[in-house]
Amino acid sequence: MSPWAIALFQRDLRLSVRVGGSALVGVLFFLAVVTVIPFGVGPDLNLLSRIGPAILWIGALLATLLGLDRLFQADRDDGTLDLMLMAGRPLELVVLIKCLAHWVATGLPLVAAAPLLAVFLNIDPLAMGAVTLTLLVGTPALTLIGAIGAALTVSLRRGGLLLAVLVVPLAIPVLIFGVSSADAAIHDPVPFLTPFLILCALSLIAAVIGPIASAAALRFATD
Amino acid sequence: MAFWDYANPTRFLKLVQVVLPWLTGLCVLAFGAGLYMSFFVAPEDYQQGQTVRIMYIHVPAAWLSMMCYSIMAVSSLGTLVWKHPLADVSAKAAAPIGAAFTFMALVTGSLWGKPMWGTYWVWDARLTSVLVLLIMYLGLMTLWRTMDDPIKAGKAAAVLTLVGALNLPVIKFSVDWWNTLHQPASVMRMDGPTIHLDILWPLLVMAVAFTLLFFVLHLMAMRNEILRRRVRTLRLRAASAAHPRSAVATAQPAE
Amino acid sequence: MFEDLSFSLEGGCALVVTGANGIGKSSLLRTLAGLVPLAHGSIRLEGGVPDTPPEEHIHYFGHQDAVKPALSALENLRFWQSFSAAAHVSGFSDGPVKPLEALDILGIGHTAQLPAAFLSAGQKRRLSLCRLLVTPRPIWLMDEPTAALDRVSETQLLNLMNTHLAAGGLIVTATHADLALEKTLILHLQTGDTADLPLEEAMQ
Repeated sequence: MSPWAIALFQRDLRLSVRVGGSALVGVLFFLAVVTVIPFGVGPDLNLLSRIGPAILWIGALLATLLGLDRLFQADRDDGTLDLMLMAGRPLELVVLIKCLAHWVATGLPLVAAAPLLAVFLNIDPLAMGAVTLTLLVGTPALTLIGAIGAALTVSLRRGGLLLAVLVVPLAIPVLIFGVSSADAAIHDPVPFLTPFLILCALSLIAAVIGPIASAAALRFATD
Repeated sequence: MAFWDYANPTRFLKLVQVVLPWLTGLCVLAFGAGLYMSFFVAPEDYQQGQTVRIMYIHVPAAWLSMMCYSIMAVSSLGTLVWKHPLADVSAKAAAPIGAAFTFMALVTGSLWGKPMWGTYWVWDARLTSVLVLLIMYLGLMTLWRTMDDPIKAGKAAAVLTLVGALNLPVIKFSVDWWNTLHQPASVMRMDGPTIHLDILWPLLVMAVAFTLLFFVLHLMAMRNEILRRRVRTLRLRAASAAHPRSAVATAQPAE
Repeated sequence: MFEDLSFSLEGGCALVVTGANGIGKSSLLRTLAGLVPLAHGSIRLEGGVPDTPPEEHIHYFGHQDAVKPALSALENLRFWQSFSAAAHVSGFSDGPVKPLEALDILGIGHTAQLPAAFLSAGQKRRLSLCRLLVTPRPIWLMDEPTAALDRVSETQLLNLMNTHLAAGGLIVTATHADLALEKTLILHLQTGDTADLPLEEAMQ
């Protein structure tokens, strides 16, 4: 990576880890969602272990989306975004690196927390590994797709909820293949690799479409 | 910021310096005695075998998780009602310790639960309440972290702590209700037969050791927090001063 | 927003844009910076780096400081140093300044390691100015550059601007303060119905 990309990555990582940053709030939200669901469906461990992968995926989806609203807004509010547009760096790459830093700060902790939360849902070790692996591969797609919503709502004061509404439909395929490949690992007859590879493909597609669409939306947003 | 520099905290720091070594020594002694008693003196359970010894860590940790929240609630009252300058330092310092004890209680509980229930976690009323308590601790810690100004953060956290303190019984009651609604009393409870004296003594000594540990950690954390705020004040002054050297000279903590 | 507005500026010259509040001085600067698209007309830069749009030769110093409070002053500056691409143009000879030196030039060297949250408004403004020094770019667009600066910093700013002009750079600034710049053109913006010519150029 070129020096400017590393500088941007470091800066975004520092900002999310330091005071006022949002690095660990997402994990806490994830924990809260996973804790709340048994209160709704009851403490039946068999039921929980059956729907556990789905709970983890939905928790991760919500935690990712709700953490995204400040991705570009913080930079717009203090004038940084204007300067980024003039910096002479390809905006698509800037978006990609910002997403990457954001994922390392917020998405990776979710993945790391997943095995722990799987204990609460009585998910057995094999399924635990499968869910964690699918989250590792799938959450970057959520961040990258969510970035489009974050770019579209960058100029709105209360963009957070709107962002979630805009992005949830786009994230459905990721959810479908994430949960189904986790399920496939548990129930033998279905092959694990098929949905898992599709999930990988979705992440790769998102890594292309997300930055291009977000960059376009950001260019429209400044005037 | 003059308040911080010249009022109570300075005297408090001196007190800590005197008390802390004694307290640490006592704590080490209590742990030595407690751990010896719980691992070598206390009998093993005829049903649970050696796993019963987890209890000597689990039960004090669970007690401390509650006590820590009570201390935070009292401190929050101190912040909001009496505006005592050390109150929010105390509350802030207690939160991570409380979270650590709660986490320890959960981990030891599930380690004990694995051979007992065959799984690390059941949504038992008591465990679930403790998990909710952990989430509250973590939420409070995050609230402190997200606000830059310690005074404002202290007030916000104090409000949340007190609301939580009022809410905790309600949460406990609802979780009990929810649990009995779903699960007839099939889950094994910690409080089985009446506690034998051979078990009770090590437990009490361990409880004393844990309480001492809490106070040692709490005093250390409070000291660190006071120093951290002083550093913050000094840095604010250093930034505003045109000549950094004079800023350092005037910012010496006055006695 | 604007009609019939045209001007040209050569190296070593400053253009001071004046006019009433709300007339569009800031919009003019943002248009020049490429942040607002042109409805008609064009902005041309002669002798620039080939295959690079004009805005990548420009430092925009607007109302917002683009300073992150959680990072230290030096971290803020280092980021902009490596993130903004420098534009090396013939006829413009101002070399880059090291971040620490830039902070010293503007009198905030002692804050280098402090989080920017601890800086006052004027200090943040000066930190933002340092950005123009660490990455050499020939054109400076400055919107009310003296806002929030005290008398001493204003003189420092003026020195910097004059050095920039002497090195062959261009400055376009919207300001109410009288800036003692060496070679200045004045562009006075007026509403269309009161004056036939919205543009008045004067050599000082």
